[in-house]
Amino acid sequence: MTDERISVQSVTGVDLTLRLAGPGTRSYAFIIDWHFRLLLSAAWVLVAVFLLNFKLTFRSQEALFSILPAAAIYFLYHPVLELAMGGRTPGKRMAGVRIVDRQGGTPNTVALLIRNVFRLIDALPTLYVLGLTTCILSVHRVRVGDLAAGTLLVFDDAVAQKSLARIESLAQSSQLPLDILELADQILERWDALQPDSRTAIARSLLARVAPAHTDELASMSDLRLRSALQKLLVAPAAPGSHV
Amino acid sequence: MSDSVEMRRWIGARAGVWRGLVDSVQTMRRDRHASIDQALGALESYRGLARDLATARRVAPDSRTAAGLESLYGQLHALIHRRPRGGFAALLTLLRFDIPAAARELRGRIFGMAALLSVSALAGWWLVSTFPTLISVFASEDMIEKVEQGHLWTEGIINIMPSSLLSIGILANNIMVSILAFCAGIFFGLGTLFLIINNGLMLGAAFAFVYQHKLAGALFEFIIAHGLVELSVICIAGAMGIALGESIIRPAAGTRRDSFEACAHRIAPLLLLCAALLVGCGFIEGFVSPDPIFPAASRVIIGVSYFLVMIGLMSGRLFRRPSA
Repeated sequence: MTDERISVQSVTGVDLTLRLAGPGTRSYAFIIDWHFRLLLSAAWVLVAVFLLNFKLTFRSQEALFSILPAAAIYFLYHPVLELAMGGRTPGKRMAGVRIVDRQGGTPNTVALLIRNVFRLIDALPTLYVLGLTTCILSVHRVRVGDLAAGTLLVFDDAVAQKSLARIESLAQSSQLPLDILELADQILERWDALQPDSRTAIARSLLARVAPAHTDELASMSDLRLRSALQKLLVAPAAPGSHV
Repeated sequence: MSDSVEMRRWIGARAGVWRGLVDSVQTMRRDRHASIDQALGALESYRGLARDLATARRVAPDSRTAAGLESLYGQLHALIHRRPRGGFAALLTLLRFDIPAAARELRGRIFGMAALLSVSALAGWWLVSTFPTLISVFASEDMIEKVEQGHLWTEGIINIMPSSLLSIGILANNIMVSILAFCAGIFFGLGTLFLIINNGLMLGAAFAFVYQHKLAGALFEFIIAHGLVELSVICIAGAMGIALGESIIRPAAGTRRDSFEACAHRIAPLLLLCAALLVGCGFIEGFVSPDPIFPAASRVIIGVSYFLVMIGLMSGRLFRRPSA
């Protein structure tokens, strides 16, 4: 994963650092949103046809209630939600990104509208090829719409923010170095998402740093015991070299 | 002091504040009506958080604490720099100042686009008048067949599709064309020029073809109610596209990117007006233009009145504050 950042001056004198989202994260967020809007549109059509008994044809006035709302959901999903959610959409939220202006603030209405209007160009010739190419080639990893609107797509590290709530208890409950505690906390947080081979390797490596004398014992420990050992690290005061 | 007692003490002292800030940022993001005390509190927290972040960057730059503080600082920064929602006042500002200012800036280019559209239409007329078979380049087989039988392709359209749906289909298509004319300006204005010339050629060719079959009067009657504003909007969108292209070719200030961004922001209010006008055009084209119940005179009155409304909106006169 690329880790590109830009700094924005702040009145406090401490620059704001924004981590730019690249084409991969953008595509990920877009695909989630695309599924949402497609499913919402399809759901409306199903409700209109099967529950409200509207006809699904352009030759009838009923299309105003069956086809048009579905089309409106599909085509207005991005501009409406970005405006309502201050530069976020459900897909962006799930991908952990948000839109900001070049000063790091929430973009205004005009900027968000310009950004969405330029989707017509970004989508050319098909499948957002132009937008993705611009995103790969541009310094700030932006598509044409972002260039016109003066916006950036940046990571919104909500998980890291949640860790702030735990850092106090971690610092008080254990005498181990804070970097080790943070690492253990992160591994445990992502334990179920990690491949078993990877997580056991990482856990052994971390526990070996805490208790270098017990490397052989660590090699024979099961996945479950390694997890339990990591959990103990976070709560039990331990001196370097002690038994895990 | 990466793991010193002081570091733990510092985290112990500040963690409660950070925890409280995470919650209050979420609350303030949801609720846009912060009191003055809340706003001042947020500013104070912002300064405090900046100090904490600077410390965390120095003593534990790659830690999760620093990452969490960076994220919180970013959110608080965005919150503090959030613009207030304008509501009705913002709409009035848009109508009184932003749209007229954009229209004034683009006045020359709008006339230029109107001239280009007219010249292209004349060229289309000449081409089809001189080489009648060329109409197949500009019109579909169905349209050609109907006109050759002595009928306009628009006749009886409201018997096929309800006016409301017809209007929405037309206005969606017109808005799309205008947005494309605006956005295509990014290709150094060439995309916009292509769209305007293409539209002009098609218009001229269609008129020449129907003139050959003695239907020009009927076509004029069909388009007069909506066409004045519709064609004007195409010229305005074209002018906006050309302005965008020009901002890239010869940036007025700063870099090309800055110039492009500034130009897009300056003229975007006019695009909103264009979209609104095209909604009106769509309804006129769906309900009035194809309906034989409306005589030619009423169509002319509707077309001219709507055109005057457009001029009033672009000049800002419709919403100008009465002078004291």
